[in-house]
Amino acid sequence: MNYFTLPLEEWTNRFVDEWLLPVTGEFFDSISEGLRTFVDGVTDLLIAAPPELLVLILIIISWKFSGKGLALFALLGSLYLGSVDLWEAAMQTVAIVIVSTLISVIIGIPLGILAATNKTMASIVRPILDFMQTLPSFVYLIPAILLFGLGNVPAVIATFVFATPPAVRMTTLGIQQVPADVVEASKAFGSTKWQLLYKVQLPLALPSIMAGINQTMMLALSMAVIASMIGAPGLGSVVLEGISTVNVGLGLTGGLGIVVLAIIMDRITQGLVRKNKK
Amino acid sequence: MKKIEVNNLTKIFGSHPQQGLKRLMNGEQKESILAETGMTVGVNQASFSVEAGEFFVIMGLSGSGKSTLIRLVNRLIEPTSGEVLIDGQNIVEMGKNELIETRRKKLGMVFQQFGLFPHRTVLQNVAYGLEIQGVKKEERNKRAQQSIEDVGLHGYENSYPKELSGGMQQRVGLARALANDSDILLMDEAFSALDPLIRKEMQDELLNLQNKLGKTILFITHDLDEALKLGDRIAIMKNGEIVQVGTADEILENPANEYVSNFVKDVDRSKVLMASHVMKKPAVHMADKSGALAAVRKMEEAGASSIFVVDKDNNFKGLLTIDNAINAYKENLPIENVLIEDIHEISPETPLNDLFGVAVEAKYPLAVVENGKLLGIVSRVSILSGLVLGKNEVTAP
Repeated sequence: MNYFTLPLEEWTNRFVDEWLLPVTGEFFDSISEGLRTFVDGVTDLLIAAPPELLVLILIIISWKFSGKGLALFALLGSLYLGSVDLWEAAMQTVAIVIVSTLISVIIGIPLGILAATNKTMASIVRPILDFMQTLPSFVYLIPAILLFGLGNVPAVIATFVFATPPAVRMTTLGIQQVPADVVEASKAFGSTKWQLLYKVQLPLALPSIMAGINQTMMLALSMAVIASMIGAPGLGSVVLEGISTVNVGLGLTGGLGIVVLAIIMDRITQGLVRKNKK
Repeated sequence: MKKIEVNNLTKIFGSHPQQGLKRLMNGEQKESILAETGMTVGVNQASFSVEAGEFFVIMGLSGSGKSTLIRLVNRLIEPTSGEVLIDGQNIVEMGKNELIETRRKKLGMVFQQFGLFPHRTVLQNVAYGLEIQGVKKEERNKRAQQSIEDVGLHGYENSYPKELSGGMQQRVGLARALANDSDILLMDEAFSALDPLIRKEMQDELLNLQNKLGKTILFITHDLDEALKLGDRIAIMKNGEIVQVGTADEILENPANEYVSNFVKDVDRSKVLMASHVMKKPAVHMADKSGALAAVRKMEEAGASSIFVVDKDNNFKGLLTIDNAINAYKENLPIENVLIEDIHEISPETPLNDLFGVAVEAKYPLAVVENGKLLGIVSRVSILSGLVLGKNEVTAP
């Protein structure tokens, strides 16, 4: 089928080498710097804090948002992480997940609101989201390294790209699902657009938005693990080490640690969804 | 004073409404506009006006454009052309802030599916209109509380809409519209989602509320009985056009075209006809000055066994049976002493519908009384003939 040759690879590389890096390098460096401070700050805080205190807080949160079962699981899971000496690695992963989820949510929710209320915006946002979701994650790991170097910053960027779509989509969906007559009623009584949004649409979309945040967090966790390939520290790098040295035991200990984190994060955010449905 | 005035209001749905409008103005039919351009004429040059304090009903079947029309009045839907004057101000030309202000101060709305905010309590729902105007919490809760009591929902302030029955939910919807204290209520099929018993109850209460509060009401319905019962005047819509505007009587008696008369044909007469439509002048009556013997003679003349008694000012006194009259004559008693006074008195506006039960139980004809004066009598026969013949035939001499 090769009627003509499309030198996409060459073009892309030339674009990156001759324009992207020289022209925008500084810009990305400054973003990189800011992000690094942020992620490192969170990581340092989590590692420096006494694990017992963190576990206590975690148990309280689990109890509050989910129940006794999860609180017990959080305790056992934490004991496990400590006993296999993965506490620090777990905290590094948690830091990346928290920071990238935060960024995803801060950017994703307003974007979702815009897409729900503005048709032009929706037609711009949707293909971008499709692109973000279907592009294999390894593909954007490469430019992430180029622009942001190695370590947890490109990991946060890659995770952000991977994990934002659900936050946007579920926000849009939630707002569009608000019954038309409720929106009409709000307008008929003289609401401004803002009042309609924050007194009616957002509160009613909240369960859906929370479900989006839950999805975002889960995707962020899975990406944070993959991002170990570009030098992100954490549980992912433990597993990666297990793979590269064919150390089944190490792979399993690291893998189980990820499962523990996943269950706790999922149940807590699920609990948030349920609470908002009431 | 005209509260709402709608002039040549038109709404065309589609990609190029102005082109559609041009075609419409050139006299093209809406069917051919739809076929050639794919655009739908929702409302076609509707004009009507509603007086202050009037209960104005727009009646039409589904697809007649009535729901679109009411949304054009508060611009939930943007009109394609025409004007809507609220207190003389054209809402179509208002800027955003002016429109919001008008909606807040002048237009309350009640929806078919209630449109309540599921995440807010009854009190918060009712207070919503005031809340977005920035009314202080204490003040708005006080006013919301008042309208909650007006609609009989006292005690449910802290319930959520889904905990209430349909009828109660619509009371919340009504209270929410009343809380703003706007002069105009727009009601879009407000009672159509309710079951018949609750609907009747709500209709009666709405009429009471309107009497009490003097609101101007623009009410949409697909139910002609409802329209006839509620409306001071009724506009009948078909295919986006208003085909007739008039009082219930005018529409029943002089339908503007075949469409309307087909509609009206099926009306349940018992709900439309009132006692005054079927009552008859009492065959005989007499001043209380004349004695029992005169009364007996009159009964003989009329071939009746009883007679209604009034004083010289036509004030209703009671019923005199022939037996009592003869007794009174024999014992020389004044007629007043032998009158049967617990006769059923009904007002001329009593619907025929409400007379059945009374008529079955009553031994004598019913007396139609207004301000103490005897206007006429209604016998069982006249109720039945009224049902069968309609009022023209009954009232004809």
